[in-house]
Amino acid sequence: MLKHLELLLLVAALPFGTATAQTASPGDPGEAAAAVTVDSLAAIPTVEPEVAAPPEVGPATVLTIQDFPNDAGDHLILSFCESPNPECVLAYLVMRRTPGAPDSLGGQWAVVKNVPSGDPTEIVDGYDPDFLVEPGTQYEYRVDVLTLDGRQIEGPAVTPNFSPKGEIFHTEKLKVLIGCIIFIGLIFLYFKRAQMGHELYLRPIPGIDAIDEAIGRATEMGKPILYVPGLSSIEDVATIASLTILNRVAKKVAEYQTPLRVPNRDPIVYTVAEETVKQAYMEAGRPDSYEANSVFFVTDSQFAYVAAVNGLMTREKPATNFYLGMFWAESLLLAETGSLSGAIQIAGTDAITQLPFFITTCDYTLIGEELYAASAYLGREPKQVGGVKGQDACKGIVMALVTIGIVLSIVDIFTGGAADPSKSLLLKLQGLVDVTSLE
Amino acid sequence: MYETIGLSVAAIFTLAVFSFLYKENPLYRFAEHIVVGASLGYSIVVTYQRVLYPRLVEPVSHGQELILLIPAIMGLLYVTRFFPRIAWMSRYPMAFLLGTGMGVAFPYDMQTLVLRQIQSTMIPLYTPGAPWFDTLGAFVIVFGTLSAIIYFFFSKPHKGPFFGFGSKVGIWIIMIGFGATFGFTVMGRISLLIGRVQFLLGDWLGLLN
Repeated sequence: MLKHLELLLLVAALPFGTATAQTASPGDPGEAAAAVTVDSLAAIPTVEPEVAAPPEVGPATVLTIQDFPNDAGDHLILSFCESPNPECVLAYLVMRRTPGAPDSLGGQWAVVKNVPSGDPTEIVDGYDPDFLVEPGTQYEYRVDVLTLDGRQIEGPAVTPNFSPKGEIFHTEKLKVLIGCIIFIGLIFLYFKRAQMGHELYLRPIPGIDAIDEAIGRATEMGKPILYVPGLSSIEDVATIASLTILNRVAKKVAEYQTPLRVPNRDPIVYTVAEETVKQAYMEAGRPDSYEANSVFFVTDSQFAYVAAVNGLMTREKPATNFYLGMFWAESLLLAETGSLSGAIQIAGTDAITQLPFFITTCDYTLIGEELYAASAYLGREPKQVGGVKGQDACKGIVMALVTIGIVLSIVDIFTGGAADPSKSLLLKLQGLVDVTSLE
Repeated sequence: MYETIGLSVAAIFTLAVFSFLYKENPLYRFAEHIVVGASLGYSIVVTYQRVLYPRLVEPVSHGQELILLIPAIMGLLYVTRFFPRIAWMSRYPMAFLLGTGMGVAFPYDMQTLVLRQIQSTMIPLYTPGAPWFDTLGAFVIVFGTLSAIIYFFFSKPHKGPFFGFGSKVGIWIIMIGFGATFGFTVMGRISLLIGRVQFLLGDWLGLLN
């Protein structure tokens, strides 16, 4: 930061300094008063202003270029040797180009990293979304020196004799793989048990029990049901959970012949929601009742979407509003308007920051994982109930690990591990789930 | 000149949206439709200029990265929804997206939401020489997490000393956490409102210094 300021001041000072030197001489009153003839003026030898030669600054050179380990071939590690005159250097510009490629596709030199002087000289290239590293592409690098007086001194270009390659398996993710296998294994185990006819208990959740009641209310009032499947993309678990619930809701709606409105923000979610509702009407045996305009795309702009849905709520006055999925700042805006319109509201999300708003403005709220479990509750299909049971077993493992941690923490107090980390049993257990190196 | 017009348009639209506080009215409806239409048009242009053109059209037109044609064709399959006879083809990109979405999300969630959380909960309850509130904080983190997990057990009735008491403590902990989040977020919203009022009174009307 200071170096940037220094450079700015230096650049700003140069023209002012020159201007002062040029205007001071003719404007000097002493000189104007002197009787100096034109001839004598001509006799005065011209004095060239003394300009100090810029100091010689040596270039920086690329030392090594290595492929980044455990990646998808989209990163390279580059280290460089600093200029021999670091006191004159403001920053180093790591430049990259793809030899032979058109200029618009990385064929010309571009600054991929600006390293201030004094910062580490090893960088990882590929994090900048504007200058991504493509696997299998041969790159050429050079490091330019940006001097304090604003010059850019080119370094020699280096082309590594390899191109970035991805690895099939990220060796540091072994713990994650083991965790996934255990969790998936447990869920499949309970799937199997449910399919074999074992009776699996699910405790009642008020919010889920109220869904049928809310659909019935809308039917009795002859008003539509509004279903907001969240504002996230299809990859979001909450969106998928919401679409599964939408299937159940749409089936009921089809049975009761109640109008349904499903406004969407994401184009892909819109197409999936449309398919889901259409399918539900077919499963209910009423494909003819399906209204093509009941599921519609609004816009992908967050607050424009809210404005449209709020307008819909106040104009059509739906009797029941469902907000199930992923929400951000719009949650309160939607739920508050729905509350004012007098609708019964059921919300559910895994967005911790938005849950308080739903809790305060909605009649029922599904908190976090209750949203994921809702589908199993509504359908009572053995597979889905088995899945919920399997997830409970996974939670049991998590609780067991934390409890072992508590016990080891107490043991550490008596064995001296609490004061000496090398003797700590708790830290050894913590090491088993340590994934900080992946962040 | 253009700046003044821009400011006035922004201010009028702000007031139009604020008019919803009274009731739904034609002015709000006008603003709503303009915002929805403009945002959609804008997003189409941005998607083309920032994504489609630089990431697909340009490399492919130069004969590079021809593999991009596969996702491009999959994307085009969505258009088949307009033709009922071949509309079934649009299910392929949907299935692909859902499958990859889940496949990518699962290990990532295992890493960040499960393993990392377990690691952060495995903390020493007591550290010699640490102040008392650190010890209290450690107890709240560890036992608060355990009781909140108990609340989310669906296959056991919330009865008895373990599941009954544990889930009651759990829901209290969750609600206290939500209360804190609520207060924090409301403060943020108030600052947004202040920003808008400053815009109306300062930037637009020039009543503020």
